Amino acid sequence: MARKQTVHLKINGRDREAHVEPRLLLVHFIRETLGLTGTHVGCDTSHCGACTVVLNGKSVKSCTLFAVQVDGGEILTVEGLIKDGQLHPLQEGFKEEHGLQCGFCTPGMLMSSYALLSRNPHPSEEDIRWGISGNLCRCTGYQNIVKAVQYAAGKSAQTTARPVEQGVAK
Amino acid sequence: MIAKTSPEIGGMGHPLKRKEDSRFIQGKGNYVDDVQLPGMVYGQMVRSPYAHARLKGINSEAAKKLPGVLAVITGEDLAKANLAWMPTLFFDKQMVLATGKVLFQAQEVAFVVAEDRYTAADAAELVEVEYEELPVLIDPHKATNPDAPILREDREEKSNHIFHWEVGDKAATEKAFQEAAVKASVHAISQRCHPAPLETCGCVADFNKATGKLTIYLTSQAPHAHRTLFALVGGIPEQNIRVVSPDIGGGFGNKVPIYPGYVCAVVASLTLGVPVKWVETRSENLQSTGFARDYHMTAEIAADRDGKVKALRVKTLADHGAFNAAAQPTKFPAGLFSMCTGSYDFPASFCEVDGVYTNKAPGGIAYRCSFRITEAAYLIERVTDILAAQLTMDPAEFRRKNFIQPHQFPYKTPLGWTYDSGNYEGALNKALEMVGYKELRKEQEEKRKKGEFMGIGISSFTEAVGAGPAHSFDIAGIKMFDSAEIRIHPTGKAICRMGTKSQGQGHETTYAQIVAQELGIPALDVIIEEGDTDTAPYGLGTYASRSTPTSGAATAMAARKIREKAKKIAAFLLECSEEDLEWEPGKFFVKGAPSKSKTIQEIAFAAYTNIPPGLEAGLEAVNYYDPPNLTFPFGTYICVVDIDKGTGEVKVRRFVAVDDCGNVINPMIVEGQIHGGLTEGLAIAFMQLIDYDENGNVQGGSFMDYLIPTAVETPHWETGNTCTPSPHHPFGAKGVGESPNVGSPAAFVNAVVDALSHLGVKHIDMPIAPWKVWNVLKEKGVVT
Repeated sequence: MARKQTVHLKINGRDREAHVEPRLLLVHFIRETLGLTGTHVGCDTSHCGACTVVLNGKSVKSCTLFAVQVDGGEILTVEGLIKDGQLHPLQEGFKEEHGLQCGFCTPGMLMSSYALLSRNPHPSEEDIRWGISGNLCRCTGYQNIVKAVQYAAGKSAQTTARPVEQGVAK
Repeated sequence: MIAKTSPEIGGMGHPLKRKEDSRFIQGKGNYVDDVQLPGMVYGQMVRSPYAHARLKGINSEAAKKLPGVLAVITGEDLAKANLAWMPTLFFDKQMVLATGKVLFQAQEVAFVVAEDRYTAADAAELVEVEYEELPVLIDPHKATNPDAPILREDREEKSNHIFHWEVGDKAATEKAFQEAAVKASVHAISQRCHPAPLETCGCVADFNKATGKLTIYLTSQAPHAHRTLFALVGGIPEQNIRVVSPDIGGGFGNKVPIYPGYVCAVVASLTLGVPVKWVETRSENLQSTGFARDYHMTAEIAADRDGKVKALRVKTLADHGAFNAAAQPTKFPAGLFSMCTGSYDFPASFCEVDGVYTNKAPGGIAYRCSFRITEAAYLIERVTDILAAQLTMDPAEFRRKNFIQPHQFPYKTPLGWTYDSGNYEGALNKALEMVGYKELRKEQEEKRKKGEFMGIGISSFTEAVGAGPAHSFDIAGIKMFDSAEIRIHPTGKAICRMGTKSQGQGHETTYAQIVAQELGIPALDVIIEEGDTDTAPYGLGTYASRSTPTSGAATAMAARKIREKAKKIAAFLLECSEEDLEWEPGKFFVKGAPSKSKTIQEIAFAAYTNIPPGLEAGLEAVNYYDPPNLTFPFGTYICVVDIDKGTGEVKVRRFVAVDDCGNVINPMIVEGQIHGGLTEGLAIAFMQLIDYDENGNVQGGSFMDYLIPTAVETPHWETGNTCTPSPHHPFGAKGVGESPNVGSPAAFVNAVVDALSHLGVKHIDMPIAPWKVWNVLKEKGVVT
């Protein structure tokens, strides 16, 4: 076992620090070290996107990063979408438009959609389909997920979209 | 027609938003891998790299020496407890951990337990296994050749042949073929594929040495049946086993069987006295757990010159892999494959199936269908299209001519099924109208003149869902009834528990709507709980679209029992006789004096606070429902494709799906089920394949090679419906989740073949990858 290293990051607005093996995947760090189990693991080849989180403003698959790579970074997971007890428009959209069934892909879908809307607040259907193409869903056939993202885009257009910090992974 | 309740009550027919969604959209679902228990350790499987090899020895010393490793369990260890083998769900047995030899690549060989999952994975790498390779059998057609290696040395019968099964009137069918003016046939493969729910299979086994209680958190579509099987096979007293099936990330049949990983985790927890988690990777899921299909089918139709069908003859070779782990009722070795006469009025039919072993992963599970009915629906919808083309009949006209007619229901098929109700032409007509069929045919004609390839595919399928009845359907002998228990609290709110288990179907919403419909208690006041065998009434679980036909029916029946008791209480409170009372959703009132009434909530309160003399306190009921028959949903799907002749790529331009599942509980959820099933049908038609090379190496063993459609490949679905209630179901529902997966593959393939039919193309096997189409175009001289 390699020497443990210290990782410090901000997740859902909270500062967290832990000593971890350098090989610990970010997704296991989030799920098991920090206990945020909303982020899921659905494959072992980085295809399914169930582990998608937003890192420094961009969506990443947390199974393809080591925890130590994100030292000093800022992460948003599904648990951080709700603000002051209010669901994010995307969360509302997924419920209103029946954008989920088993719910396993949902956190990753939400985070990919979040990143999509932050760079393209008015996406076309095609933009949405490409925007979530890194996330697999076995239940919904995607149609209602597209509608859910459209719902959120429409709702955000009415209010002010929440600013998203831009940046890249370290 | 079902009387519609107010939106506040939210009974049947209301597109109620799903109650379960709140936790999922906030990341608060509780799936098996989310279960964290104090002192929990992790299991990792060591798997065979070979498809067929003698096991010469296992050296686990190095693994055991690794700090953090707690145990390495082998087949020899399990053999001492008589657990090296376990029964499958179909009269066969399966190795839990290999002894003697391995029979497929990725077979379970040893189970490593360590303090964390990384150490467990490290230790698995350190387990040294010595193999001696044996000749590999991959092609099922060679399984019974004299020179084929005998795979199953454990069986008395030294043959790779598992079973022969036949049904129907052979003589009448032969005669019809001898006399037939026209015959058509197809050899079609329903390819090996895998349901691949987004959550893989796994468990946490937690044996408490102090209490003797074993709790298993399990990705289970059938928690009660699994508890009983653990008791029967493992010898653990059943009252000491609690199976908890928490949130399930999709099942599609994958989570019906019991897998070696579950058994190993239980053994490890019993031995170590700590909770043991085992969750397979995606690659392990695809390579070792229950595959689906792998039916190699020949169908022939005899007909007269006008295209009226006379007989259907079907011969099929079923590849079951190394162990026959098919998840289907005992009476039916080929499941409901004998539904292969489909929606058509065949005077005679004969169907036979032979099952064989090969060096492939075990299974034969029902992937989003009732036990092999997808294979049957695909075959009949394919061969009828071929016959229609041969007769130059329009495929819609051909279907219309041969449909079972509404007045023929209940209709007994020549292969022994009795369909409950149907109006096939109604669904066909609606689909033709929605898609604009005539205009599309004109467009196709014009495109052909220009050398462009466009196709229209029709599939008019009949599904059979909702197993039982108990006299015909079981899992390993346990009959396929199902259950519901309703408890009304003093304040008029309710909790209900069922023997089924949602994996995304929305039971927490739809069952609550049934209670709302029957009792007038708002659906939002009704909590639905499933999956905990310590609290839920016994049931057989969710697959084969059986939840609404069985537990849904049980819910209605239990609610009606409660209404009967509520009536007695209302009569007491209103000081009248029961005969003077009338019911409307939510209250009893005195006939002719509607102001004299008692709401269900007032009645519930009285059941605990003002109990009528002679009546038991409380307001609850339980029902175990054994359906008198299956239900038979149906529909017509029409697919329109354009083919890029440069690349062979097929683009699904439109897809119209008209479904008839009887009375609908929640139209939003029904539509969602149809979208999902169509997408899996698309995947099967164009992408999904678990293949093997000649050495038995699995091709398609990860999401790198096993292709799942993304939002980009998936077209926009257009849905419609007709409504023909089931005459025997308590509220006329039929079940729907699997219809789109059963009915759609043929629509896709028929559309592609239709686009190429003028070139003389009759059939292309699934999955229709671009290279296959391009090869056809090249063969026919369209491209060079």
